[in-house]
Amino acid sequence: MSWMAWTLPTALFFSAIAASLVTMTLIELRWPTVKRRGFLPMATTRGDRFFISLLSAAFIHLLWMLLVGGGLLWATVLAVFWGVALMRWG
Amino acid sequence: MSNLRCYSFWVLLGYCAYLVLPLYWLLSMAFSHNADIVGQFEVVPGSPTLENFAEIFSNPVWYEAFGNSLSYVVLNTLISLFVAIPAAYVFSRYRFLGDRQLFFWLLTNRMAPPAVFLLPFFQIYSAMGMFDTPLAVALAHCLFTVPLSVWILEGFFSAVPRELDEMARLDGHSFWHFFTRIFLPINRGAIGVTLFFCFMFSWVELLLARTLSGSEAKPIVVVMTRTVSASGLDWGVLAAAGVLTVLPGILVVWFVRRHLVKGFALGRVS
Amino acid sequence: MSSRPYDNRAWLGVLPVVLIVAFSAVIPLMTVVNYSVQDILDFNSRFFVGFEWYRETLNDPRFVDAFLRQIGFSATVLALEIPLGIFVAKGLPKNSRMTPFLLVFLAVPLLIPWNVVGTIWQIFARADIGLLGVAINAMGIDYNYTSEPMHAWLTLVAMDIWHWTSLVALLSFAGLTSIPEPYYQAAELDGANRWQVLRFVELPRLKGVLTIAVLLRLMDSFMIYTEPFVLTGGGPGNTTTFLSQYLATMAVGQFDLGPAAAFSVIYFLFILLFCWLFYTSVVARDE
Repeated sequence: MSWMAWTLPTALFFSAIAASLVTMTLIELRWPTVKRRGFLPMATTRGDRFFISLLSAAFIHLLWMLLVGGGLLWATVLAVFWGVALMRWG
Repeated sequence: MSNLRCYSFWVLLGYCAYLVLPLYWLLSMAFSHNADIVGQFEVVPGSPTLENFAEIFSNPVWYEAFGNSLSYVVLNTLISLFVAIPAAYVFSRYRFLGDRQLFFWLLTNRMAPPAVFLLPFFQIYSAMGMFDTPLAVALAHCLFTVPLSVWILEGFFSAVPRELDEMARLDGHSFWHFFTRIFLPINRGAIGVTLFFCFMFSWVELLLARTLSGSEAKPIVVVMTRTVSASGLDWGVLAAAGVLTVLPGILVVWFVRRHLVKGFALGRVS
Repeated sequence: MSSRPYDNRAWLGVLPVVLIVAFSAVIPLMTVVNYSVQDILDFNSRFFVGFEWYRETLNDPRFVDAFLRQIGFSATVLALEIPLGIFVAKGLPKNSRMTPFLLVFLAVPLLIPWNVVGTIWQIFARADIGLLGVAINAMGIDYNYTSEPMHAWLTLVAMDIWHWTSLVALLSFAGLTSIPEPYYQAAELDGANRWQVLRFVELPRLKGVLTIAVLLRLMDSFMIYTEPFVLTGGGPGNTTTFLSQYLATMAVGQFDLGPAAAFSVIYFLFILLFCWLFYTSVVARDE
């Protein structure tokens, strides 16, 4: 498996993704999601909002690197706040 | 009133002419001597010849390349249909945990540019010792043919009323019997068009096929991009090879014509 | 859709697909992410560099150029192919004996292997041996797509229109034939002219198929590789090098694992975005 070139940070990253997918599944089994309409222009399920927040987190980081530069800490903070807002009111 | 109608008719006519001209030119070149092509400009080939086709059928570089292409395309089509048919069936008949997410993920694989997967594919298949085999290309093409098949088949299967499944069950048919003897035969049009699209997309793909094949399993699309011989480019043979690669699609399309649009739209139009 | 029974045993049916996808997409994508944060000399000597390659890629003028070129190309072909496709579809007779033949004929360019499309246009447009090239030069315009960037662009756009407008036309035709006749009769009673019929009767009913057409064309043109590779090879210079070709050169030509991987991740994120738009506007709407 040496060609996969694992590193600790990426291993942690993918573990976090996998763990959140498992968590989302468990939550789904316990409290099945209901489609609802928030500030987004279409009705979304919990999983949809989770996906949108992950995708927008990626784009926030890219835009930060492109426009601001420097450390990414603030981009991460921004992405987390945006993600929480999306999950709660999206 | 009939102004616009008339107008669109002329658009259609002009468009058809636009479609025909490059095709005509390909045919005309395929039947010309290379010396004539380079030598003087002729709208109609002055001395038509079959030597370009003879060259392809007698030169192992060409006909082996056709064989290589066919072998991975057929392999890929079989794998894709084999895994996609059951998946499309359950997608069209049941809801289950993560069904929409999985369906979406399949779409992203159909749409992903092969270039993105170039690096890891090269490493994976080299590490597994499958580099330069038709199987490697066939599996790599599964990246987009499997999702394509699932999406197209799901579109067709969803249009078959679920009552049919119920009735077969009430009539005492086992599921297996129902599926292979009733369900698949009534969907043979759908399976035909899916087969066609797997074949098409695997047949036309260049980047992965080129990267994953060395000298042994070189496919036709690669040979066609490397036809520079010592005497320069042989346009006539290139055009003849073009004609031969176009033929399979054109021959099959008549049989799937009614489902073609739905196939191109990934099963999303009725 | 919603009346389907809920049954998790259905997972058995999708299991083979999941395994194939895990092998052909999930593991490769994880590998790409791994590569993208390291400087890899070979697999025994590699160093973690964090987001360095992403920064480099985003600030690389060649990447930005290829990206803008890509957007320009996709926008151009969409703006030309969609209206042209609708007009061609409107010109098609609805219930004539010729209709099936015309439909199959229109489908022909869609069925031609992409590299052959490139080859066809190469021999059709060359200034020395091509019908189009010779004809344009005979009209007194000095046309040569291998040396003039503008001509290369026009040739590529003309080729893409030739290749894909039929898809829009066939989809629109499917949409047009599904409009019931009473809609037209009502419009005629209201004294609508043909433009108004197009605007208020046909286009609204075509919304579904046109959404599909736009998104399919957007995504396929966004990953265009084979046709420009054969026709212009990305040249003259880099003027027709689009994202896929630039990435392929980095990955296979120069074997820069790290930067090529970072490029791949960024590229894939855009594809994810487009797919999500497609999914929410085409599939989720039906449910």
